[in-house]
Amino acid sequence: MKPNKKDVEAVRFKYLFLLPALILIFAVVVYPFIYNIIISLSNMSMSHFHDWRIVGFRQYVKVFSEPIFYSVLGKTVVWTVVNVFFHVVIGVFLAVLLNRHLPGKGIFRTLLIIPWAMPQYITALTWRGMFNYEYGAINLILSKFLHLPMVEWLKNPTDAFIACILTNIWLGFPFMMVIAYGGLQAIPRELYEAADIDGASGWQKFWKITVPHLKPVMIPAIVLGVIWTFNNLNVIWLVSNGGEPSDKTHILVSYVYKAAFNLYRYGYAAALSMVIFFILLLFGITFIRKTRATEGAY
Amino acid sequence: MRRRDSKLKLAAIYIFLILFTAATLYPVVRVLSISLRPGNRLLSTSLRVIPEGATFEAYRRLFTETDFLRWMFNSIIVSLAVTLTGVIFASSAGYIFSKYRFIGKKVGLTALLTTQMFPATMLLLPMYIMISKLGLINSYLGLIIIYLATVLPFCIWQMKGYYDTIPDSLHEAAIIDGCSHFQAFYKVILPLAAPALVITALFSFMGSWSEYIVAAVILQDQSMFTLPLGLKMFQANMATDWGLYAAGSVIVSVPVVVLFIILSRWLVSGLTLGSVKG
Repeated sequence: MKPNKKDVEAVRFKYLFLLPALILIFAVVVYPFIYNIIISLSNMSMSHFHDWRIVGFRQYVKVFSEPIFYSVLGKTVVWTVVNVFFHVVIGVFLAVLLNRHLPGKGIFRTLLIIPWAMPQYITALTWRGMFNYEYGAINLILSKFLHLPMVEWLKNPTDAFIACILTNIWLGFPFMMVIAYGGLQAIPRELYEAADIDGASGWQKFWKITVPHLKPVMIPAIVLGVIWTFNNLNVIWLVSNGGEPSDKTHILVSYVYKAAFNLYRYGYAAALSMVIFFILLLFGITFIRKTRATEGAY
Repeated sequence: MRRRDSKLKLAAIYIFLILFTAATLYPVVRVLSISLRPGNRLLSTSLRVIPEGATFEAYRRLFTETDFLRWMFNSIIVSLAVTLTGVIFASSAGYIFSKYRFIGKKVGLTALLTTQMFPATMLLLPMYIMISKLGLINSYLGLIIIYLATVLPFCIWQMKGYYDTIPDSLHEAAIIDGCSHFQAFYKVILPLAAPALVITALFSFMGSWSEYIVAAVILQDQSMFTLPLGLKMFQANMATDWGLYAAGSVIVSVPVVVLFIILSRWLVSGLTLGSVKG
């Protein structure tokens, strides 16, 4: 039993330490969040900035009744799935290679982290330059070395979207590689030795030993990866220069950013932000439930 | 690890790794190479790594003829302010979340995690409206507050995850030995948490050093620009400022990339610890 004086001090210390952070979080997260809900129920816009009023769910109805929402949502899903798929596949593949007995593998590991370390906006702006039709490195390589026709990367909606995806794959795989590498190192070697004695092939070892052991490490990383990619505004915005050509390369976050800060449709943007948030929340909850269930089965 | 690979297989792996790494580093090499181009060859279709007539002219112009130094100063001020406040708040709040019990702890932690699912505009739009009503548009205070809001939840989790790995017996023993709760934290636990503090600092610093989207909304006056806004301005004018953009990018990236690589070992253990412990 601790003396009573200590208990009083403990309580005082606890709240003294927690309070500043709580007040701050309330001011910069909770309050704006609630304010965002209020804006989403209002008609606030450039022309109704001070004389706004509550209009109910009209903005939400607008979000769901405009066909553009569904096409942008579709693009967002493609964007997220393609990116995270390649991040994980490339990342795990490299991690498996680097987990072998390779002298000098530290150099590769260090160099391959660089895309993650580079500031994202510089990556995006640099790739935008590399996709330039006449002077960009991509077209120069295509035409000079591979003798393929040049591509109008940033003029055509599909190609511009592909350009964004390529950029994002480049900057995202090191994270998965690093996480997978950490997971691989934790797998006991005896498992592989036992499998060797039993005459298992490399492919069998990968699917029966590596994959199940990587799963608990990779699943949280994948959830994070999906959320980050779904919400990644930088790459789309800077590579396509704000949704060019003609707003055809938007994903939900860039579309809502444009609605808020270029078109000043505040109420609409706030409602759409809420919708995006709930999509991710739903995804997060179901994914975590599902994976918990599989963890219990082990 | 396990059996050694045959020489042939080893050679194939090395060749693959060398090619893949070269392809991965290509964009970085490209920026370096453009930054060394002389002014009259900016728009060249050459793919040479060291351009003809390589020169540091772009770097000289960057420091003498543009606002680059000013933007750098602005960025450093903003990033340091976010780092300092982020570390103070995250290290204290994370400690309480890890070692003490109180009402609403679970809800609080879950709420912090949920903020990671907010789209950028979720907090940016209401804060922009609040800030513009308070007249803080075009001020660093507004920018710093928003940056703090975005990095703090993750940093608190990161710190909490690390404190969780330090046995409770340590601070309990210190308290029994006569330390106050604050002394137990400050003298015993905090020094042990140094690696996590470094990661939290790095994370808050990089978050604000490399942020474009929020800054573009809050800062409108060119003399207030932070580095990302300035570099974007160069990049937009590919014909004349392409070399300035490249030189600026090199200067902005090199310190963070080096820092990141040095610290990446701890970063990874921190991330995996945090995620596995949930």
